Amino acid sequence: MNDLLLEIEDLKTHFFLDDGVVKAVDGVSLQVRRGRTLAIVGESGCGKSIMARSILQIVTPPGKIVGGRICYHRAPGDVVNLLDYQRKSREMRAFRGREAAMIFQEPMAALSPVHTIGSQIVERLRLHSGASRREARALAVEMLHRVGIPHPAQRVDAYPHQLSGGMRQRAMIAMALICRPALLIADEPTTALDVTTQAQILELIRQLQAELGMTVVIITHDLGVVAEIADEVAVMYLGQIVEHGPVDAIFHHPQHPYTRGLLRSIPRIEDVTRARLDAIPGAVPHPYARPGGCPFHTRCRERIIHQLELCTHTAPPLTRVGPLQQARCWLHEPPGDGQRGAGHAAEPALAIIGGQ
Amino acid sequence: MDRTAPRDAHAALLEVQDLKVYFPIRRGLLQRKVGEVKAVDGVSFRLWPGETLSLVGESGCGKTTTGRSIVRAYKTPPTAGRICFRGDDGQVVDLAQLGDAELKPYRRAMQMVFQDPFASLNPRMTVLDIIGEPLLVNGIASGKELEARVAELLRRVKLPPEYMRRYPHAFSGGQRQRIGIARALATGPRLVVADEAVSALDVSVQAQILNLMQDLQAELSLTYLFVAHNLSVVRYISDRVAVMYVGRVVELAETSKLFAQPRHPYTEALLANVPRPDPRLRGMRIVLQGEVPDPANPPSGCHFHPRCRYAQARCASEAPPLREIAPGQHVACHFAETLTLRGAAAPPAVA
Repeated sequence: MNDLLLEIEDLKTHFFLDDGVVKAVDGVSLQVRRGRTLAIVGESGCGKSIMARSILQIVTPPGKIVGGRICYHRAPGDVVNLLDYQRKSREMRAFRGREAAMIFQEPMAALSPVHTIGSQIVERLRLHSGASRREARALAVEMLHRVGIPHPAQRVDAYPHQLSGGMRQRAMIAMALICRPALLIADEPTTALDVTTQAQILELIRQLQAELGMTVVIITHDLGVVAEIADEVAVMYLGQIVEHGPVDAIFHHPQHPYTRGLLRSIPRIEDVTRARLDAIPGAVPHPYARPGGCPFHTRCRERIIHQLELCTHTAPPLTRVGPLQQARCWLHEPPGDGQRGAGHAAEPALAIIGGQ
Repeated sequence: MDRTAPRDAHAALLEVQDLKVYFPIRRGLLQRKVGEVKAVDGVSFRLWPGETLSLVGESGCGKTTTGRSIVRAYKTPPTAGRICFRGDDGQVVDLAQLGDAELKPYRRAMQMVFQDPFASLNPRMTVLDIIGEPLLVNGIASGKELEARVAELLRRVKLPPEYMRRYPHAFSGGQRQRIGIARALATGPRLVVADEAVSALDVSVQAQILNLMQDLQAELSLTYLFVAHNLSVVRYISDRVAVMYVGRVVELAETSKLFAQPRHPYTEALLANVPRPDPRLRGMRIVLQGEVPDPANPPSGCHFHPRCRYAQARCASEAPPLREIAPGQHVACHFAETLTLRGAAAPPAVA
């Protein structure tokens, strides 16, 4: 398959704290295809941000990548394992600036308050290309125009604090995209924004992706954003991917009890009944108190309905449950029949919420 | 509750009349006043006992300032307007006029729940200190009696009473919000202003807290003023909704009416921009161009006119008043009767 951009295999990123080890990312495998948008979705503490930061090796101590491979396909046949590079190496810095870029929930995490947005964009461009100062400035103005900042020729000399939240977000996107990266990692890019600005920013990411042929990995907790922009979805819970598949399948034929629970618990704007919300019981366990067996078993009602004993002591494997869909749940992998999954689209065990 | 029955104005728990909250803009060495931000600019509404009214709108619309002004959370009284609150004795008092000492008995009756209840609290306080503080300050309980009250409040929010000896950092986001709600309920309030109370919570936990708030409302006959930006949450929890834009209410109606058939173009745009958790509804958004204007320097006439798809010449010169175009349905738009706007009803099924 030569349309792969990124292949992540068994990635493990752990945090070594005084009170113990937090396995923030614990054996994640993912493939990201060129030009597509993958959404990584999950609640706080599921490891989705750490997983994204691991790709760029910007996890800071006490966090450390302790295992796995992150293969980056620069071109067909030109594959590097990014984890072969040191975190602060010249190669990794070049990868971060030129081939991949990241945008954050809080633009001030990426922008310096004491430099104009223009000088920051120019700096980034000159570091990674041979552009002259004059050329770089012209390109910066053009990029500010592309991201929808009005009067870019004047705004290029503005400091971040002189811009509104939405405009700052756009300035950060302009800086991220100035080197035309092949991969954009967006960590909750619209979470702090109002819905109208959120719609504008998602539209912008989509347009720029089409123009530049970029691959996008978006990290979010908002299922509305996922439905709006993703081609594929990976659902994370306590450091693992519990379900992975095309966006339509995830929303209309979810196969993991956690995915189903998330979809059931959100209030929907078209719902006129105002019936009581169907919340997932309990809370995400504390990372030190990670349950044995399936990490979701303590909150899983389907385990109780189906009287599955296995879940409490044995972790289920990621099983194929549809043409391109996988789920990590014993409902799909009856014990003693471990090899059944391949090629077999399991029938949903329960009525599916959100289905037709 | 029968929401269509006409209601007697005297029965309102709270009546806000032409509330204005202006903040001065000061510049220079002498901090001279060079202008003002009209954060709330003539807001009026009534709050009926036992109902939930939501204030919605984008950042800077004045919803939070309105909520906080009503419970007199600011040091200075509002710039203008009346905040008429009906006390336990049936007497109506204008809170806007009261000084600190006179406000004290009313503060017990009105409480706030915040997005992060612990942001302003000392991390070395135990849960007992946090929930017990309003009881102690108001001289309601102390000692063993205080502990018994706190235990009861914890049970109300479905937390084990043993948690009262613990510190906030030991709790998850949902548990922290339960503690914040217990603290708000300590003085036995009748009005609770919830300011983005579930915005920071994970979706699975958000549903638990919304259910809890519904249960508590029924058990304790609470009236909620719910300040929020998430319209799906607002639809779920509210009886009525007030949409705000740059300091003014532009539409106020029963929830089902406002969502099914909005009468103000801004409401239509907000509804169309709500991210829907269904990929088959992709592309349904009407992307609203431009940004919320600076409240220190708002556009002339109708503040929404520069972004409005339906704006005409009159909108730039003349500010439309909020008027009742049908029973219970208030709109501030010159053309409310002639526009046909799209609501948030489920769109036709896609094959």
